[in-house]
Amino acid sequence: MAEKGNIAKRILRFYADGFRNMTVGRTLWAIIIVKLVVIFAVLKVFFFPDILSTRYDNDAERAAAVRSALSAPEPADKR
Amino acid sequence: MTVVDWSRAQFALTAMYHWLFVPLTIGLSVIVGIMETIYYRTGNERWKALTKFWMTLFGINFAIGVATGIILEFEFGTNWSNYSWFVGDIFGAPLAIEGLLAFFMEATFVAVMFFGWNKVSRGFHLASTWLTALGVSLSALWILVANAWMQNPVGMEFDPEQMRNVMSDFMAVAFNAVAMNKFFHAVFSSWALAGVFVVGVSSWLLWRRSNVAAARSSLKIGAWFGLAGMLLTFLTGDGSAVQVARVQPMKLAAMEGLYDGKVGQELVGFGILNADKRPGDDKEAMHFEISIPNGLSLLANHDINSFVPGINDLIEGIEITPAGDTLRTVGYEERIAIGRRAQEALRAFNKAHAAGDTAAMNAARADVARDFRYFGYGYFDSPEQAVPPVALTFYSFRVMVMLGSFLLLVLVLMAFAASFRPRVLENKWVHYAGMVSLPLVWVCSQAGWIVAEVGRQPWTIQDLLPVGAGISDVPASSVQTTFWIFAVIFTLLLVAEVSIMVRFIARSSRSDIEKDNI
Repeated sequence: MAEKGNIAKRILRFYADGFRNMTVGRTLWAIIIVKLVVIFAVLKVFFFPDILSTRYDNDAERAAAVRSALSAPEPADKR
Repeated sequence: MTVVDWSRAQFALTAMYHWLFVPLTIGLSVIVGIMETIYYRTGNERWKALTKFWMTLFGINFAIGVATGIILEFEFGTNWSNYSWFVGDIFGAPLAIEGLLAFFMEATFVAVMFFGWNKVSRGFHLASTWLTALGVSLSALWILVANAWMQNPVGMEFDPEQMRNVMSDFMAVAFNAVAMNKFFHAVFSSWALAGVFVVGVSSWLLWRRSNVAAARSSLKIGAWFGLAGMLLTFLTGDGSAVQVARVQPMKLAAMEGLYDGKVGQELVGFGILNADKRPGDDKEAMHFEISIPNGLSLLANHDINSFVPGINDLIEGIEITPAGDTLRTVGYEERIAIGRRAQEALRAFNKAHAAGDTAAMNAARADVARDFRYFGYGYFDSPEQAVPPVALTFYSFRVMVMLGSFLLLVLVLMAFAASFRPRVLENKWVHYAGMVSLPLVWVCSQAGWIVAEVGRQPWTIQDLLPVGAGISDVPASSVQTTFWIFAVIFTLLLVAEVSIMVRFIARSSRSDIEKDNI
């Protein structure tokens, strides 16, 4: 267990030292973090719901909805 | 514009922006691996410095590009829910493998690449660099497996109860012939792109007379690697043409603006399409063309005297077999009738399912299975709706081939000059050629994807699901809103990438790359 702890510490130190010594990388990490927050906390939550998951409770209902849509499709240019 | 147009535009926008980053990541990871291998074998510190210099550029591109592909998956669930449900099980396996691979690669080997200098052994560091390169390419493999299934759906059975295509043969999906060829074509073209990138940046350093020795060494690697990539891209492109002729002959016809095919069909080298030409009319297809006699027959069938069907032939049901022989198959009018019959059977299944009538469900299931091959044609009112946008496909193909040929010449020049005539690299026109190639290689790469994706319209899944049927029941205004949000975000990311790269290269040009990167 002690050895596992050491390995974990070494890995943590490896990453911490790496981040500390970065030059260009700091700007990049800032961009990555902002980007991930925007993608997952804003876009995914507010703009990109999974339509079938939010509108129907289970797979059977989702299958029925898609079956209805694909067997009697409303022409797209009418929407 | 309808919701279909906005959904397509948004997907195209995100995919094209994503593809600005991906090929450089794929190709530059290998170049960095080659440079580090030279350092590992020779112990020459210049190669360590060059490895770190190009690795930083790789890192900038990797960091900005990472997660841009995930947005495409968001769009599947929101804008393309019918399509997403219809293919769900087929896409699940490749995309899950890709996700795991990308996660483990990014969490481990990339970190060792950047943080591991002087902390892990040289051998372990080199192995991490190559494993990153391998991981990036394997990641691309699974995405392209999913894409290839849409172009050539195999290894599945459609279940009307689940309303999904269920994977029946994983190996058929994973080793789909289209996937293999597409994977190698995409990876080799990425090598070419990264090679041109290294040549372009090195040319700029040479033009500035900065870090000349480092720039020459980099240019030599970039040019030979890019040349190998470009030649292999042409080779796999030839394989793609043969495959497209078999699997998506309508795409090939659109690429050539070919309406009425013949034996010994010429290849249009350069041409101006008649924009008023429509399938079945008597108008000329071209205002002007310079053609290579028998070229398309050779390209499509590797036989200069073979028949290549045009758009009108295909609508009539005339195709070619895998052996290159002419085949009378099902015409598009009949396909539409068969597709409608399949949809009628699906409606019958729906009623039987609601009534709990198992016998009727089984009968309807058998009817759907019988006609499923042409299921998607049932959404069309006329055969012309199954024809892709000819002009965009035709011109994109020519842009790709012409730029590819120009870049091949540049890479040949650079590679031979770097190896056998180093003084040529002092000529400013050679520097200009290298720098001009830099944006052109991205245009070439994007044009290739436009051919592949626009040429397969109107299908999301070949013959099974057209774009109009695959979209969600959402208002066009909501898709329009997110389209503009993405346009802004991606443009900002691109500006950030280019500015960070330019600043880094400019700063490096004012210092000694070999000393700064030890």
